[in-house]
Amino acid sequence: MTLPRSGRHDGEPPARPRRLPPARPARARLTPVDAALFGLVALALAYAAYRVDDVLAYRWNWGQAFNFVIRYDAATGSWVPNLLLQGAAMTLRLALWGTVLATLIGVVMGLARTSTNLTLQLLSRAYVELIRNIPPVVFIFIFYFFISSQLFPAIGVDRLRPDSPILANPVALVLFGPPNLFANFLSGVVCLAIFEAAYVTEIVRSGIQSVEKGQWEAARAIGLSHTRVIADVVLPQALRRILPPLGGQFISLVKDSAMVSLISVQELTFLSNEVASTTRRTFETWIIAATFYFAMCLVFSLLFDHLERRARLVPR
Amino acid sequence: MIGTVGQDAAPILVMRDVCKWYAEFCALYAVDLEVLPGERVVVCGPSGSGKSTLIRCVNGLETHERGSIILEGREVDGDPKKITAVRRRVGMVFQQFNLFPHLTVLQNCVLGPVRNHGIPRKEAENLAMSVLERVHIAEQATKYPSQLSGGQQQRVAIARALCMKPTLMLFDEPTSALDPEMITEVLDVIVELADQGMTMICVTHEMGFARRVADRIVFMDAGEIVEIASPEEFFRAPQSDRAKAFLRPILSH
Repeated sequence: MTLPRSGRHDGEPPARPRRLPPARPARARLTPVDAALFGLVALALAYAAYRVDDVLAYRWNWGQAFNFVIRYDAATGSWVPNLLLQGAAMTLRLALWGTVLATLIGVVMGLARTSTNLTLQLLSRAYVELIRNIPPVVFIFIFYFFISSQLFPAIGVDRLRPDSPILANPVALVLFGPPNLFANFLSGVVCLAIFEAAYVTEIVRSGIQSVEKGQWEAARAIGLSHTRVIADVVLPQALRRILPPLGGQFISLVKDSAMVSLISVQELTFLSNEVASTTRRTFETWIIAATFYFAMCLVFSLLFDHLERRARLVPR
Repeated sequence: MIGTVGQDAAPILVMRDVCKWYAEFCALYAVDLEVLPGERVVVCGPSGSGKSTLIRCVNGLETHERGSIILEGREVDGDPKKITAVRRRVGMVFQQFNLFPHLTVLQNCVLGPVRNHGIPRKEAENLAMSVLERVHIAEQATKYPSQLSGGQQQRVAIARALCMKPTLMLFDEPTSALDPEMITEVLDVIVELADQGMTMICVTHEMGFARRVADRIVFMDAGEIVEIASPEEFFRAPQSDRAKAFLRPILSH
């Protein structure tokens, strides 16, 4: 019997010298082509600025426009939000409630669309096709009439007074905005949600249908009820897969909220329009409005990036 | 092997004159089969002969158009309540494992007991861990299915089915999707189960395995049961020409 040469454990083969694999060759990240492209973009921007400033001969007055974001109230001696900021707050409320409602309706309708019940399938299909095939603006005009003349009397919204304790409290003020604008706000939310939910329905449907047949079968085979199959196995997988298109849809929702300005919901676009036409500070006002929209959409976008990354932590 | 089966016991599963069509294609034709408690039945036959369809009808994943399937006195028909009750008594293992990818190994095993029997999660987890020990994969309990090899995934799938404490196990080609080096670890687990007296119906192309565990071999062709025999008889002297034709290339090497 021979002793192993390495004095560690019996039976372990002696260590062999290993050749290290070569390092990955370095690659330049910024090439001359990139630099040239940057230069071109910078030139184009400079030219545009020159045109606006010189040829257009527009007299900028940012102070007046900013005054409509926040203004100094001499009576109380404090800064108070003015029309544009109020509008931005209203748009934010529209976006948040719209997202919540559109998600709820979209998931329910998406489930209906993929159910085995023919009536539910047809209802969901009809809903999606009706909304997808009418211009949103036209839909909102028709639907607004229905909401304000039928839905609100039916659920008693038109009997709610601005001083009712349901609306006139700090929480409701944050969630729903000023009490005197509640009906106005609600019609905006309902229109927006029903419109966007049609697209969410389609996204949810595609997500549910992307879950393999084997998953349904395995869930059924362990004796789960239909509801549990959906809730525990199908929806969790479907929702992970549809996060990217859903994120895109919610960004669209923020931008589409501008449409409800047409039914006089006092959100950012509606109030910007008022401010721009009364002050004639067109560019300043709309640039401020655009900045608000951009910030809100960017936050949504980053939020969904984050959610996507978290969903990916669960390996598939 | 046959000695372990109670010959006088009432059968767990009774299939009578079961027929199934996919559109105009007759997938099962007049299938009669009884399975006794503790019995190990291996179903074999050429591909497309209706083997998978047969066992998928047992727990209602496929519906049959004619005949009756009675499991422990419950008829498997269109009634969703009865089918759910039957599925809670029957474990199924699929060719493609079909583990839930968004759940860990342990969560895969716990889902059924917690949702169906209302067992507290802690208790269900203890049960699941003991079952995972049985299939020799307890150390992977916190991993996700995608982090496991095919053989490991299939053993988890077996554990998931066992956690429902089934009275009958259905195996639908459990090793057909596996790399060759992983087939043994899965078959070993199934053999252990068989030795512990689990009643099972197994569709497989592994003839060595069939010979070792089966009490009876069911040979199917074109949707019909052509021959039912003990493994000794079936491999030594198959009766039908179709079984002879099926076995010739398999036994020639």
